[in-house]
Amino acid sequence: MAGFEASALNRRDQKVERLIRWLFLLMTLLLILPVFVILIFLVIKGWPVMSMEFLFTEPSNGMTAGGIFPALVGTVWLVAVALLFSVPIGVAAAIYLSEYASDNWLTRVINLAIINLAGVPSIVHALFGVGAFVLFFGFGTSILAASLTLGIMTLPVVIVSTREALQAVPMAFREACWNMGATRWQTIRHVVLPNALSGILTGIILEVSRTAGETAPIMFTGAAFFLPFLPQGVFDETMALSLHLFVISTQVPNVPEALPYGVALVLIGIVLAMNSLSIAFRTVLRRRKKW
Amino acid sequence: MGSPESAEVAGAVEGAGVAEGAGVAASFAEDADARTMAWYVDKGVEILVFIGGVSAIIFIFGIFGFVMKEGAGFIAGSLDLGEFFTSPRWAPTSSYNPTYGALALIAGTASVTGLAMLLAVPFSLGTAIYIAEFATGRIREILKVLVELLAAIPSVVWGFIGLSIMNPLIIDLFNVPVGLSVLNSGIILGLMAAPIMTTIAEDALKAVPDTYREAAEALGATRWQVVFRVVLPAAKNGLVAAVLLGVGRGFGETMAVLMASGHSINIPTSVFDSVRALTATIAAELGETAVGSDHYKALFALGIFLFLVTFIINLTADLVIRGVRKR
Repeated sequence: MAGFEASALNRRDQKVERLIRWLFLLMTLLLILPVFVILIFLVIKGWPVMSMEFLFTEPSNGMTAGGIFPALVGTVWLVAVALLFSVPIGVAAAIYLSEYASDNWLTRVINLAIINLAGVPSIVHALFGVGAFVLFFGFGTSILAASLTLGIMTLPVVIVSTREALQAVPMAFREACWNMGATRWQTIRHVVLPNALSGILTGIILEVSRTAGETAPIMFTGAAFFLPFLPQGVFDETMALSLHLFVISTQVPNVPEALPYGVALVLIGIVLAMNSLSIAFRTVLRRRKKW
Repeated sequence: MGSPESAEVAGAVEGAGVAEGAGVAASFAEDADARTMAWYVDKGVEILVFIGGVSAIIFIFGIFGFVMKEGAGFIAGSLDLGEFFTSPRWAPTSSYNPTYGALALIAGTASVTGLAMLLAVPFSLGTAIYIAEFATGRIREILKVLVELLAAIPSVVWGFIGLSIMNPLIIDLFNVPVGLSVLNSGIILGLMAAPIMTTIAEDALKAVPDTYREAAEALGATRWQVVFRVVLPAAKNGLVAAVLLGVGRGFGETMAVLMASGHSINIPTSVFDSVRALTATIAAELGETAVGSDHYKALFALGIFLFLVTFIINLTADLVIRGVRKR
């Protein structure tokens, strides 16, 4: 008689095992599938209004017709200025945490501050933006004030992803460089950063996606409900896609049903495209990695 | 997180310093000027990078400071804290008797967040367990990417989904007059918080050493016995932290709740009641207030309350995770 025949107890266990595996798969699908049904619904409803004209003309007729061009351009402005501010600071912070900081109370406090920066409600960031940038520093409601608010809010995204990219560079690379007599900065500049560059870019793309979708922080700091011209500089107010979606779906009467679906589709298209790009980038990177 | 490795960095640098020794020093001496230049650059960068490092601390204090600056005077002065926490009457624009009772707003936020967690916690933990313990290879990668994409959908789009897709659906399904309610915003918020909780919970499960699983399997445990008897208890703290951060996310969410909850001041008695959240109140009213007015300051007072609550939630989550690492 072969010794490895399943006992009755064993068979029952295996049945439970299979049952539980299916149960968890079901839970996973129940979480993920409804969202995709919703997304497909958004595409079906929003697709009819998609056209070059929709993307490249301004809203007309009290925002019940026309396109979204000023909002699109405004979002690009907001994201660009926010990145100019947060990428240098975020990368510096990540270099400090990964290459310089030792495991002491200060590092702990910094980590706690980063978690909190990500966890503070977006509307509190908006209040901060109003109190600090609009009023105290006197920028008024402007792209600058809104972008600084956005930049601070999304700083944790840059810090965390850059730190991960830096820490993925093997210690031996640094040690080899130090043994050649290079200073810490020379090592970072010529060995660590080049090897982490694509990882850092992945994080920045992710921040673009995050920044483009935010609404609450820009509502009172620089984004306007309706402004039919394009911003000329960082001290101008601007329309933004995210706020435009909020405005035409809640504040403006008699908007044709398809219009907000169109705006939602463009917004979600930008965000998901950026995220997919970042994920694809990361996958290629992982495959190409030599160490 | 990077700290143990950074300690290694420091150690290695000292090691390198020792290795420089006598022979190398000679070659450096010829190059003295270049060396001092490099040394100054090195120090300069260290200072710059340090400033970047502490910037997060500066910004957190900045946020608290500026919100306090606008709202603290009002809390200390004309705001009746008893009324703030016990009265459901939020009527800051009333001309003869403005009242600032936040109870209904707190109840609104709590009911929406509570329902969201009730729906999202089981599914998030289930998904995390499936991805970390059961799924393999390509399926696991695909599921992780999908969860990540879910987390990317902007909150204003979620709000729009609540407003224009969920609203008519709830009206039809349950035969109720209004579909913008605790139920609507709870489901939306649950879908929003789930990806974050899933990701953190999955990290917590992955952090359980494989030797634990191997030991249990060697004793003849089946996969689910390993998961329930060994992995889950070992990852308990991380899972608690995941739920806490999900609660924090729900508590602070603004646009989706503003658009899907109905935005009427109400202590809910059923999931079909419309409510108004703390965050949504600030978002809806700040634009209409005059800078420096009592109403304006009262909104900043709500902001201080939100900041403190989320700070405590995040701090607790951090301490809970720390507890895991110490062990």
